Amino acid sequence: MPPAENVHWLFATGLLGFGLCLLARALVGEELWNRSTWRRYLLPAVLFCIGAAMWPVTVFFVVSPIHTLAHTTWAQLTMLAGIAQLGLSAGRLTSRWWNLLVPVAVAASGAMFVVHESNPWFFMRSSFLHHLIGWTLVVGSLIPLVLVFRPRSTALSAGLAALAIAVAVMLYADRDRAPIFGRLSPLAGTAREPAPEVRP
Amino acid sequence: MESELTATLERAAHSTWRALALTAIGPLTVLAGVAWALVQPYRVTLLDPRAHGVWDHVVQPPLLVVTVGVLFHVVVVRPLVRALEGGS
Repeated sequence: MPPAENVHWLFATGLLGFGLCLLARALVGEELWNRSTWRRYLLPAVLFCIGAAMWPVTVFFVVSPIHTLAHTTWAQLTMLAGIAQLGLSAGRLTSRWWNLLVPVAVAASGAMFVVHESNPWFFMRSSFLHHLIGWTLVVGSLIPLVLVFRPRSTALSAGLAALAIAVAVMLYADRDRAPIFGRLSPLAGTAREPAPEVRP
Repeated sequence: MESELTATLERAAHSTWRALALTAIGPLTVLAGVAWALVQPYRVTLLDPRAHGVWDHVVQPPLLVVTVGVLFHVVVVRPLVRALEGGS
């Protein structure tokens, strides 16, 4: 079993790739991006896969009931958003309101980050990052929400890309039992990576 | 005639700018990964193979960032730039 930080880094990698693709799509525009069939399905497929990858975390990292519940909800909503985007890309779904599943999934992801972190902000670095990522996603879900009504906005598309990349960077910064701004709660145990600035 | 030419030139300049920005994303991502590895060399555990497990060797942020940058550039950007240049 990999340590939790490695799992976070793997998700960060998926999100970074997703964010870079969103940025590329924002730069060239949807028309050119969708000209190639595989590219049209790439972003929805990545979103779906991120949701599907949440299931092993749900099953193998059973920490508490709320942890399991959060990851299950998270996995289902992300997969649902991915499927809806696949349906829209394939032309099987036509109503633009299906796009609302993306902000719902983003906001729910943020809520899940906050809900399944039982420690306060400055308990250790992973606690801080869970709170930070959670609130970033909750606030950031406004971007895909506005995009539903202004789908051709380059600034909003780039903003969504920036949100994904920012969350990826925060996830990459995650470490198991590491200090945050020099603080590490004595209840957290010893830092996995020795840091000279630790001030318990 | 003149305004048509101006519009064509503007479109071409816009496409060039977009192509330039697109081609910069992958290398910049790789550069970020390399910079991270230089700033925190202990992240690259391959330099100390016996002290770490397989997960630490394979799943380390600087390596993952470099891999994403390279894959993104080769798989996504190159065909996209070709399409962009073909389209313009």
